Amino acid sequence: MNMATFSKREYAREREQARKIALMKASPAKPLRSKLSTLLLFLLMTLVGLLMLVPLWWMISTSLKSMREIMSYPPTIVPEQVHWDNYVHAWQKGHFGRYALNTLLLAGIVVFSHVLSNTFVAYGFAKIRFKGKKLLFSIMLGTMMIPSFVTLIPQYILFSKLHWINTYLPLTVPGFFGSAFQIFLVRQFFMTIPNELIEAGKVDGANHFRIWWQLMLPLSLPVIATIAIMTFQGAWNDFTGPLIYINSESLFNLQIGLQAFKSTETTQWHYLMAGSVIVLLPVVLLFFLFQKYFIEGMNISSATKG
Amino acid sequence: MAHPQHAAARRGRSLASREALQGFVFVSPWILGFLLFTAGPMLFSLYASFTNYDITSQMAWIGFKNYDTMLNHDPLFWKSLRNTLYFVAISVPLQTVAGMLLAVILNRRMLGIRLFRTVFYLPSVLSGVGVYVLWMMLLSPSAGLVNLALSWLGIDGPAWLTDPAWTKNAIILMKLWGAGSMMLLYLASLQGVPNKLYEAAELDGAGRLRKFWHVTLPMITPVIFFEIVTGFIGGFQIFQEGYVMGYGNDPGAPMNSLLFYNLHMFLKAFKVFDMGYAMAMAWFLFLIVLLLTLINLTLSRFWVHYEGGEQ
Repeated sequence: MNMATFSKREYAREREQARKIALMKASPAKPLRSKLSTLLLFLLMTLVGLLMLVPLWWMISTSLKSMREIMSYPPTIVPEQVHWDNYVHAWQKGHFGRYALNTLLLAGIVVFSHVLSNTFVAYGFAKIRFKGKKLLFSIMLGTMMIPSFVTLIPQYILFSKLHWINTYLPLTVPGFFGSAFQIFLVRQFFMTIPNELIEAGKVDGANHFRIWWQLMLPLSLPVIATIAIMTFQGAWNDFTGPLIYINSESLFNLQIGLQAFKSTETTQWHYLMAGSVIVLLPVVLLFFLFQKYFIEGMNISSATKG
Repeated sequence: MAHPQHAAARRGRSLASREALQGFVFVSPWILGFLLFTAGPMLFSLYASFTNYDITSQMAWIGFKNYDTMLNHDPLFWKSLRNTLYFVAISVPLQTVAGMLLAVILNRRMLGIRLFRTVFYLPSVLSGVGVYVLWMMLLSPSAGLVNLALSWLGIDGPAWLTDPAWTKNAIILMKLWGAGSMMLLYLASLQGVPNKLYEAAELDGAGRLRKFWHVTLPMITPVIFFEIVTGFIGGFQIFQEGYVMGYGNDPGAPMNSLLFYNLHMFLKAFKVFDMGYAMAMAWFLFLIVLLLTLINLTLSRFWVHYEGGEQ
């Protein structure tokens, strides 16, 4: 809590300073040429920005049109008549209710397992001294270079020998053993927490397990939020995993469901787009709610590269 | 009776070894996971790549036959490798440059800068089948928005996903839509370039372009390098796009123009269950990626600038 208020104050101070510098720079009347180029860039960025948004607009717009309107030429930008019932059709015909529940269940377990195991392992790498740590850590970083398809097929064989095919076990159990990138990310964060805190915890008679659980985890909510969101996004969008391991329709997730829906509704773009909106919407909402953490994850990883 | 000093030393040692033991306990989930899900499977797949393994029947050692078939008797292997290389060779530099350009432009005080950053970043958080379906509609030759827009400019757009000559470009275009994730990394690193350097360059009379070329670019080479390395590793993994966006729900269609390396491997493994062959392919891919990364690392010495000396 102390740390948060401190950084907030510091942040305010820095902003004030930046504002002053900007004022100083701006006051001797910027040359007209530079103002003009800023204006041109602004217009250019607005244009490119709109271009980036057009696909999303088109998806929503199509999802609300009738098939007749989609087929008409030239296409309409705003639906003449809004067909909310496209969503009802997609939801029911696509069995999206069931798939959404499956996806949520899967994502929940995967997020839980990642937060638990990656913070646990990261604590060992960040705060405990032991022989061979450096070697283990470099091996772990090295594994990030292995393309996932190299292990995909032998893993499939392993899970099929265990009779785990067509269950959620192959999709959830590996998460409890940590993932290299996230361990690395959390470790970078843990390194910034002063060792004195841990020493103080030890003096109070806490062991490493308690220090991890009661001290490090509460202090690490920003990085936990980052990996949780990252993992949720990955689990929500997972296609390859369920494609390989899941055969029963009742266990499909949204991605597989949408793919199956695509082949059955292949020309009915209004339903297909409604289905796509349903599948993409949660990620968009998540993005707007937790933008900070999407960006923070990237920043933490970039801060360590230089 | 032990000497008190010895006892203390022993206690110190046992404390240290207790600490070490706890360290191992903490990292043990990863060690176990590494052995069970990475190292073990890789060793098995290396062995199995020299067999005719197909899950059901006994596996038999067949030497280099899979590798021989792959390199000499499977035209689709080369086709899929060429498809993947084409995608990587065009998509990775294009995205790197686009991400950097966006970041350089957006790294200034401008009206609505936060909104711009959000808008450019948003598409990159979207992925999966929903995005593929969306782009299949946008790229539809007659009714798609992309060709409609091109026709306004007087351009007769191609039959993106149905013309084998254009399918990969269609995927590259779609991927470019998500270049915003790269922008963010560049923005972060641009903000780390010390202002002193720009001021010094200005004193020397450098204009905007010269400042970019002599100050900005060298300072952000570590991020460019990172983007290229991870871009290559990620680019070689392309699979879903070819699986989902294949013409007529046929993975890799039309005419195998979207049959990427991983897709070919996937179909070999899970459609015809030629697991031994697929694992040989996986190892070949691993060697390619490893080689490329090593080349990248070696070359980086000549152009990547690390502040505070060599890394």
